[in-house]
Amino acid sequence: MSAIGLSTFARRNRGVLPGFGLSLGFTVFYLSMIVLIPLLALFARAFSNGMDGFWTAISTPRVLASLRLSFGMAALAALIDSVFGFVIAWVLVRYRFPGKSFLDALIDLPFALPTAVAGIALSTLYAPNGWIGSLLITHGIRIAYTPWGVLVAMTFIGLPFTVRTLQPVLSEQGQDVEEAAATLGATRLQTIARVIVPMLVPAMLTGAAMAFARGVGEYGSIIFLAGNLPMISEIAPLLIITKLEQYDYAGAAAIGAVMLMASFVMLLALNGLQGWAAKRR
Amino acid sequence: MSKFRPATEDPLLLRVTLGVVAIGFVALFLVLPLVIVFKEAFASGIRIFWTGITEPDALSSVRLSLLVAAIAVPFNTLFGIAAAWTIAKFDFPGKAFLVTLIDLPFSVSPVVSGLIYVLVFGMQGWFGPALADYDVHILFALPGLVLATIFVTFPFVARELIPLMVDQGRDEEEAAVSLGASGFSTFWNVTLPNIKWGLLYGVLLCNARALGEFGAVSVVSGHIRGATMTMPLHVELLYNNYDYVGAFSVAALLAMLALLTLALKTLLEWRYADELAAVHRH
Repeated sequence: MSAIGLSTFARRNRGVLPGFGLSLGFTVFYLSMIVLIPLLALFARAFSNGMDGFWTAISTPRVLASLRLSFGMAALAALIDSVFGFVIAWVLVRYRFPGKSFLDALIDLPFALPTAVAGIALSTLYAPNGWIGSLLITHGIRIAYTPWGVLVAMTFIGLPFTVRTLQPVLSEQGQDVEEAAATLGATRLQTIARVIVPMLVPAMLTGAAMAFARGVGEYGSIIFLAGNLPMISEIAPLLIITKLEQYDYAGAAAIGAVMLMASFVMLLALNGLQGWAAKRR
Repeated sequence: MSKFRPATEDPLLLRVTLGVVAIGFVALFLVLPLVIVFKEAFASGIRIFWTGITEPDALSSVRLSLLVAAIAVPFNTLFGIAAAWTIAKFDFPGKAFLVTLIDLPFSVSPVVSGLIYVLVFGMQGWFGPALADYDVHILFALPGLVLATIFVTFPFVARELIPLMVDQGRDEEEAAVSLGASGFSTFWNVTLPNIKWGLLYGVLLCNARALGEFGAVSVVSGHIRGATMTMPLHVELLYNNYDYVGAFSVAALLAMLALLTLALKTLLEWRYADELAAVHRH
């Protein structure tokens, strides 16, 4: 939008409230300086050697393995968080029990706890001599320093997204349809599975998409737990940092560009989902 | 007591099962990590914990984290207010797109958030060499830490205020202006009292993330001991040097801040339920 176009537009639609030019100007300026121009720099660098250079940087086995791990485990973690997020949201909205508001407040812990703190805590818990790790190792299961460590950390970090998107939808949902289902002879489980859950699909997908997006990009809580072995338990964000330390800026930018494009896709999908959810309500 | 269960209530067996699953999952994934942080930090007594958080490097990391948050949070607060004012009080083309762009930093990986500033200000970057000629250092210095923190906490205040102010409409401000109030006086006396709890809520979350950010800051910090180490970076350094007690001491301090944040957040949600409900309906 050109400056002249903007100012004539502002004059036409000014209304009575002041500050349109100033607040829009500052918003757009700040957004451009902090977000848009730096993101542009990322794409410029990723494609500085052309499409071929980009593909060469992306298609090495190590980069592909890290992307597969980040995206694959994030999808799995989003699935786990959706299932347990539904159960937790259901219990929080529908049941009454002592300590409920404490449980409710605790759900946001992964938002509030710095990821490095979560990382060293999870690592200590799941290490072979840790509280959980020592129990699992007797059954031959190793979490720490394997790809499963990535899954555990991503599940931790994504849980609030699924609970918090389901909770308001569940508490707003009228119970009349459940009563209707019951009068028509449905058992309670049938009502939950065939009536309640289908109504929650948009919110569940939204929560899962948010948990997935967060998991793909997560770094702090994973690196302490995953062991970071190239090709096995090395996540894409860590590989970006490794490439930066080797001064391979184009390589780092290429991985960053792939992750950023995935973020754009997720953002568009989320917008679509929220539109859908709003229409369904 | 009636022997009939209301049709919208789950059978006892289902209630107990789901309750146990929910509480068990939260205990395993959320409570245990929190417990282990405090257990490890205080394992050798409170004196060792105190030594851990008062040694010079730890103190300098605390100071740096507070300084970074003290710069980043006001900037994003100002931006949040400006963006919400623009979006809630005026109509213009591209508004929905602008709202989406404001949310964008939330879906960008923290590491990518740091990387973009390396590509802009690094020695191989767009402005790095030119700035170096004037002896201006962005990366591996305070400005880089602040920029990366601003990026990751960018949407917090804006996304609390936008739905709230859209919900409140323009009537009150229009009345004030038509009665002769100046723009600033309208904002200060009419808008601000209406949005203060939502604003506080956004600032609280923004501040918590600013103090705890790790990935983005890690990329731009350069890890210079005593100079560019924030609290989370200090935790990482100690942990990787096998100083577990030291690492968990600083980690416990951060965990206490997180718990304080959660407590204040819950308090705000209880006391100002109506105003905040408007935000979370959207």
